[in-house]
This record gives sequence, C-alpha cells and structure tokens, in this order.
Amino acid sequence: MKAALTTSAILAICLTTAPAFANRVFVSNEKGNDITVIDSDTLEVIGTFPGGNRPRGITISPDGKELYVCASDDDLVRVYDPETFQETHTLPSGPDPELFVLHPSGNPLYIANEDDNLVTVVDVKTHQVLAEIPVGVEPEGMGVSPDGKVVINTSETTNMAHFIDTETFEITANVLVDLRPRFAQYNPAGTKLYVSAEIGGTVSVINPETQQIDKKITFEIPGVLPEAIQPVGVRVTADGKKVYVALGPANRIAVVDGETDEVLDYLLVGQRVWQLAFTPDEKYLFTTNGNSNDVSVIDVAKDEVIKSIAVGQQPWGVVVAPN
Amino acid sequence: MTGQFPSVLAVLAMTGAAFLQPAGPANAQAAGQEMQMICAAVLRVDQQGLPPISRLDLPPEDLGFAGARLAIEDNDTTGRFMGQDFEALEITATPETAAAEMDAILDQDIRFVVVLADDATTLALSDQVGDRAMVLNARARGDNLRGADCRANTIHAAPSHAMMADALAQFLMWKKWPNWFLVKGSHPEDQDLAAAYTRAATKFGAKIVEERVFEDTGGARRTDSGHVQVQQQMPVFTQRAPAHDILITADEAGVFAVYLPYQTWDARPVAGSAGLVPRSWHPAMEAWGGMQFQNRFEKLANRPIREDDYQTWLSLRMIGEAATRTQSADPAALRDFMLSPDFDVAGFKGQKLTVRDWDHQVRQPILLATGDLTVSVSPQDQYLHQTSALDTLGIDKPESECTF
Repeated sequence: MKAALTTSAILAICLTTAPAFANRVFVSNEKGNDITVIDSDTLEVIGTFPGGNRPRGITISPDGKELYVCASDDDLVRVYDPETFQETHTLPSGPDPELFVLHPSGNPLYIANEDDNLVTVVDVKTHQVLAEIPVGVEPEGMGVSPDGKVVINTSETTNMAHFIDTETFEITANVLVDLRPRFAQYNPAGTKLYVSAEIGGTVSVINPETQQIDKKITFEIPGVLPEAIQPVGVRVTADGKKVYVALGPANRIAVVDGETDEVLDYLLVGQRVWQLAFTPDEKYLFTTNGNSNDVSVIDVAKDEVIKSIAVGQQPWGVVVAPN
Repeated sequence: MTGQFPSVLAVLAMTGAAFLQPAGPANAQAAGQEMQMICAAVLRVDQQGLPPISRLDLPPEDLGFAGARLAIEDNDTTGRFMGQDFEALEITATPETAAAEMDAILDQDIRFVVVLADDATTLALSDQVGDRAMVLNARARGDNLRGADCRANTIHAAPSHAMMADALAQFLMWKKWPNWFLVKGSHPEDQDLAAAYTRAATKFGAKIVEERVFEDTGGARRTDSGHVQVQQQMPVFTQRAPAHDILITADEAGVFAVYLPYQTWDARPVAGSAGLVPRSWHPAMEAWGGMQFQNRFEKLANRPIREDDYQTWLSLRMIGEAATRTQSADPAALRDFMLSPDFDVAGFKGQKLTVRDWDHQVRQPILLATGDLTVSVSPQDQYLHQTSALDTLGIDKPESECTF
C-alpha cells in the first residue's frame, strides 16, 4: 500500500496528525466458529471466514503473513493467510488450546493447554513441538517479556503466574496472585508485569526482577456490583503510560495510569468484555464483548467509545494486523 | 456397597508409610525443604432404601469420592509449586457404622472430615467430632443445621434448603409467576423442604394457593407398565387446584415429583424437586470456566458430575486454597483462615465463594436446571443486598437462629 502512495498523498499524510492506514482486525467468535474481519479505517465488517471449532486465542506474526487461531475443540492451532482468509496449515497445540503468545521474533508459539495443565511450545516454521511444560491447573494467560527471555503463564485454578525461561523451558518462579488469573501482560519497557485475576477482581502489578507483587490494582464502579468486576484482558500503550483492563460482566474498560497504577477512568463498552487489541498507531483500541456479540471501538487519545460493530456469536479474542 | 470400600484402618495399612510420612520434594522450589502433608477424609454414609424412580439417578459407586479425587489432583498440582502434598481417605459407612468409622478417622489424627450424610447423621457426626476436627458438610441441606442446630466445627459447602428455595423463588418472581401450587411429600424431610418454599414465598411476595400432600403409600417403584398408572393417577391427584402459575414439588424423599411434569391436570410447569430444579452444580454447566471443570472430572471419573461430587470437590478445594494462601499445613491455621473474612475460593460460578460468619454456610450462586441445561443462575440481578447479593439466598444474619 505504501508503495502505491503518490508524493502528494505522502505530503497530505505528513500534514495530518493521525494518518489512517487501514489495518485488518480479526475477531474470533467462540460460539459462532468463525472469524470476523473489520477494516480499522472504515470500522466496517469486510468479511467472515470459518475459524474451526471454538476459536478463542488469536494472534498474528510480526510480518503480518500468518494469522494463528486456537481452535480449542479441534485441539490444534489453525493458521490462515490474513490476505486471502484461506487456511494454509495447522500446528500441533496439545489438547484444548485456549490462549497463546508468540515470541517477539515471531517464533516459537507458546500455547496454554487448559485441560491438561501444560504449556506447549511449537515451532511455527517446522511445525514441531519443542517442549511441553507442566504448569498449574487450567493454564490460560500467556505473556512474553519484551526481550523474549521470559514467558509467563497464569493458571486459573492454581492462581499463579509461572515464570518460564524461554531458553531452558524451565519454570524459574511462581507468584501467587488472586483467584482465576486470566491474562499476563508486560509493559513495553519490561519493568512491570500485569496479571489480571477474574474472580479476585484485581490486577497484580509484579516486578519482573524481584518477582514480587508491588501493587494490586482494585476497581470500584458506582452502581456496579463488586462481583461483576472481573478483570481479564490487559493492554499497555507503547509509551507505557496507559493500561487498559477489560472488566468482563462489568461491561467496562478501566483506564489505568501506567506510572502510578491508579485507575483514571472507566469506559462503558458492550457486555462481558474480555480481550483487547490496539491498532499499530494506537489510534483505536478494539474490545470483544462476548454477551452482546459486538466489538467496541475506543478512541485512545480521547478515551472515548466511538462505535460498536456487530460481529459473530460470542466474540472472544481480537488481533490487529501490523500492516 | 459398603463392602467394596475398605475401612479407614485398612486404607491406612495399605498406604502405610507413604501416607503418614512427608513425600519427597517434587519441584525445584520445594527442593531442600520438607513437603507439607495435608490430610483429610471423606466419609460417605449410605442409606439403605429403594432405588430412585429414574434409573438415570442411580448413585454411582464413586459418588462424592470422584469429586474428592479431582480436588486432590487440583490441590496437588498447585502443591507441587508450594511444597505441599494433599491426601483424602475415602470411607463409606452405614448410619449404624458411621460413628465407629469417624472414630477411626479421628484416631489417625486427621483433622478435616468431609461428610456426605443426611441431616440427622451429619449433626450427630459434628457432635461426635467436637473440637477434634473440622467437619465439611458436602450433602445435608437442612436449615436447622445452619440454624438452631448449628455447630462451630462445621462448614457447609452444600447449599441449604432455604438457599435453594430462594434461588427458585427469585427466578419465578422475575418471570412474574407468583402463584404457586405446592405439593409436598409425606416424609419428615419433605416437610422441611416445603417449609423452605413457604418461607421463600413470604420473603419474595409469592402466594401459595394450595398446599397438598402426596402420601407415600409404598409399593414398587418400577413395573412393566409403570407409566400407564402414572398417566391416570397424576392428573387426578392434581385436579381442582386453585388457579396457579406453577406447581412446586417438595419431595426430598424422591417418591413422586419426577412423575409430575406433563402429567398435571392443568397445563402448568413443574419446579422444585422435578422440572426446573435448583442445584449446586449441573453437568451441562459451561460458563465461568465450567467447561474445563467438566472435562477434567469426566476424564477422571468417566461419568457426568453429580452435586455430591461438586460439593465434595469444593470442600477439599477450600482446604487446599487455605493451605496455599497460608503456606501452612497446620490444621488450626487452615481452619482459622477458612473462617476469616480474608478467605475466598473459586468454584466455577462466576464469583468468589466465601463463608458466612454467622452460620458457616458457603455463599454461592444456585443453578436452576432442567435435565439438559442450566436455565438461569440466582441470585437474579434485580435482588440487591447491602453486603453481598449472595446473601439474598438463604438465611441472612439478622434472621439466623445460629449461635456458636
């Protein structure tokens, strides 16, 4: 697309504050067994394609050439061409893959096997399983440090964040967090690790150096029952200054100050919001709302919800193509 | 059935040293330190009686114990990282042998006993145990066990009749079906259950238009032409009731309720002990991570889960959670933590489960299920409470007759 731009077009883009390159947004629909594709510029649905049985975790290679989907009930990862929406091949995943994280280099893929208390490491080039790492009960959340040296897995019934060395595949530390940890996310500087606890209702801010919990972020929303506040997805802006936390059936996204770890604001989105994804320019944040079958679009600069986009049945995960 | 399960002493002899001594370190973290052992027992008291009306409800031999095995697996997986090892003995008894089996358990210095028994036996066992152990009630629903007959040494993982009745009542009021035709059995335990529905009707503003007793006249449950008579008898039994929205059955003894759906005189749905039934758990529950829980259980037990399994699982998970959080194996420390305001446990019901300090009842959402599916989960959103919406179910603090 860039190659096709004329000089005047480039000039025009340089003069505007927010250049709008269109990226494809892929949403996995857990119950609908398909993937909805949204154009990040027009914010319209541009396509839908089959996603295997119970598609949940979804991610894309750094070069934007391969889209990976955890097809939980197929016990494998399906790989798609993000341009043609055609399935190209599958990867072994171990049973019931739920969520995964790609190494910053694009290889390998670290997959949480929710039914089997394992993290499976798969080489996306050779399609070989490199390791199976025993972790706690119901592994789900997967995070990777920006330098790619540590992978974090959260186990939902054991209630721990497990630190896994990506060289040796050994667990180097276990940090006990609150009930049902769902998601692990480093800040881009690698100085903070955020772990959400769905039933505990908190986000633990862990110091990756000491593996100690420095702070627990709690949430309070007038008129919302405390039990309904169930933190799941977490995303951090590239400058590390703002942290967005999806609060499940509270139907809100919390905006948290990335420096003080204090909640700044709550944004009303659709029902049972779980996962989040930024556009590469961080103009928009997309949220998957599983009970209202839609995606909310947040204007990141203004922290305003600007649109809801109807997608498939029970949207679970979301990823935005890098190009 | 009892003969197929060894007594406490036999089990101890079989497992021997491995059970009583700390096991070796199981991971890097625990290396160099002694594993902490946390031992419990599950005592199931089986009643002799007629088989259930439907053969689908026949109790499996590992009822409750399968839930215990899953809890121990779950606890041990976490324990691997914490240097803790969990065990649970599985003991069956009859009402006559229950006391002796409990003594044998206590003689082995086991300080946590999960009890699956009826109301009277559970109360007797709690009294027998005294301050020698903590009892976790995984079956008995009697409101008296949480009220006038409450015991400080007992935590109720099983929900009470009052919680179950309130859960159904909230849903029926939300449906705007406030007129109930209550049919209760003739056994004493049926009266307790019917009383819970009467209380729920008053609490939530429903009206019981008539209360009718179904007399248990005995006889065989199954015959070659069973349904033929049922089809004649049930409409006759239910005719000439005042106008009602729904028929509520209180049939703790399991004598008649499942005969009623589709056999009533008036075209009305049935709830309570049949039809739409309040439950602590259901094998079709998928939400809140339930899918993974069902998968793990079915892989281990090769059958769908029952409520007794869930309640036993929850009891042992509470002990495991307390051990993880306190990083202790000291029974007194675990007991104190479980009864403290800091304690919570996840039970695949979408929110943390905690213990009521006034009667030691575990607060929990209640599922309303048909045979195939969860229809709703109470508390209903519309019912608010100043401390916890879960306290709209069952006996709240100001009404409690319990004093420890």
